[in-house]
Amino acid sequence: MTRLRWALADGLTLVGRELGRLRRDPGELVAALLFPAVMVVLFGYVFGSAIGVPGGGDYREYLMPGLFAMVTFSSLMGVLTRTAADASRGVMDRFRSMPMARSAVPFGQTGADVLIGLLMLAVMAGAGLLAGWRPHLGPVATVQAFALMAVLRYALGWAGVYAGLVVRDERVADALVPLALPVTMVSNAFVPTGGMPGWLRLLADWNPVSALTAAARELFGNPGAPGPDAAWPLAHPVAAVLLWSAALLAIFVPLSLRALSL
Amino acid sequence: MADPIVVAEGLRKSFGDVRALRGLDLNVREGTVCGVLGPNGAGKTTAVRVFATLAVPDAGHARVAGHDVVRAAGEVRARIGLAGQRAAVDEKLTGRGNLRMFGRLSHLSRREAHRRADELLDRFGLAEAADRRVAGYSGGLRRRLDLIASLVRRPQVLFLDEPTTGLDPRSRGEIWDAVRELVADGTTVLLTTQYLDEADRLADDVVVVDHGRVIATGTPDELKATIGDRLDVVVDDPADLPRAAAVLTRLAGAEPRATGDDRLSVALPGGLRPAGIVRELDRAGVDAADVRLRRPTLDEVFLRLTDRTEAAR
Repeated sequence: MTRLRWALADGLTLVGRELGRLRRDPGELVAALLFPAVMVVLFGYVFGSAIGVPGGGDYREYLMPGLFAMVTFSSLMGVLTRTAADASRGVMDRFRSMPMARSAVPFGQTGADVLIGLLMLAVMAGAGLLAGWRPHLGPVATVQAFALMAVLRYALGWAGVYAGLVVRDERVADALVPLALPVTMVSNAFVPTGGMPGWLRLLADWNPVSALTAAARELFGNPGAPGPDAAWPLAHPVAAVLLWSAALLAIFVPLSLRALSL
Repeated sequence: MADPIVVAEGLRKSFGDVRALRGLDLNVREGTVCGVLGPNGAGKTTAVRVFATLAVPDAGHARVAGHDVVRAAGEVRARIGLAGQRAAVDEKLTGRGNLRMFGRLSHLSRREAHRRADELLDRFGLAEAADRRVAGYSGGLRRRLDLIASLVRRPQVLFLDEPTTGLDPRSRGEIWDAVRELVADGTTVLLTTQYLDEADRLADDVVVVDHGRVIATGTPDELKATIGDRLDVVVDDPADLPRAAAVLTRLAGAEPRATGDDRLSVALPGGLRPAGIVRELDRAGVDAADVRLRRPTLDEVFLRLTDRTEAAR
């Protein structure tokens, strides 16, 4: 019991550490929060002016769930970079030589990341509302949509922890970050997958970014509902996101804890 | 005699083909500074990682403060401090923020963690820099913060892995002062270093490690005594150097080493006196500007010891 209490306390201390870092680095915080707003303008107005929505509807209404998904997936690279920095600078070794719970490190990282993620989603929702986006299905469905994003973000954070522990090198981690962009682009987040060549469409349909986007469209009542011939994750997006989250946690929680205890 | 506070018996550890530790034995007496000396790749850091519960040995065992580092790792962690080669502090937090965080993670209460941070910052002269972000610290300041971050929970045993590598002389001096102060408080320190003068100044006992094994132990004086005194000869005219070398070779039974254009150094067997050597040099027509008998430096001991293991391989 005391062990669990300490693990929780240590985790909270490390959440406080991440938030303290942001407070000491307001530039980074502003950049992190500006990013979602810039995305709304960039995709909503620049690309949106040339993209049509299948079945009709406003492109910015169609786009917002995709942008929410994009922001959610940014956790993977964020946690990866922070964990790799700790590992390469010896901070991880210091933590591991202390009488604290070793699991506190990933719990703190992923916990803090969810809080940061919710803040980013809030800013993005604000920008979306200004651009004309609306959730149409009432408060319960809206909260469910954001909760679903938080759950997947948390699970992705654990994948980031493990990747960071494997990479163990800040520079490699920084070099990996740009790879996140194509992964989020090969999806239904910005354009319908129907027009993609078959092999790419297969990738895009099974990309978890697509499942989260489709789930958010469904729960917000935004345009872009999947057709009758849609792939399974797009036809059952909420279940698909929950399955993705469970699978990520089942794989990466034990892997990360094992890597930390060695 | 009290039981040693750090004990290693037959430690072995390999990383793939690299055998970092090949049966390392070591004892550290409580309340002393043990200097672990060795060239790069000798296994010093691996040994420290085993003591600090960061690495599990393949064979052999180690006890720190009475607890086995593998079976009772938690007990060991509660009693040690570790400062590594890199300054393992959070760059984006302030010095004070780092110490408070490590205090909380050491399970001090919030108040106690704050108090301990202030106390350490004052005592080790970091009060002024305490509220700046570590990213703006100089290398020496960073390393000092790293050192005191390992003191938050008042460790019984402190492991310092090359604490002054890459620092300027002044910063090294500040780290040394801090270590001396800790020892005065009763903390046992095991420090690894490549700098022989660091071991000479700080260590009560020196352990020389090479190729994953201990090749010599003793106080700095004992180690120096093992290779005998040295004779340094400075000649007036550098042209006389070869002749002086011939004389010294004959008397000392070993080829002297040139330590400059006009000087030689040689290990001297017992019984030879400087006066006799001056006479012999005179007879050979060498004008000696200076002939001096001295204890060897730890560097010379170290070179001799590591050469010998190299030759034996």
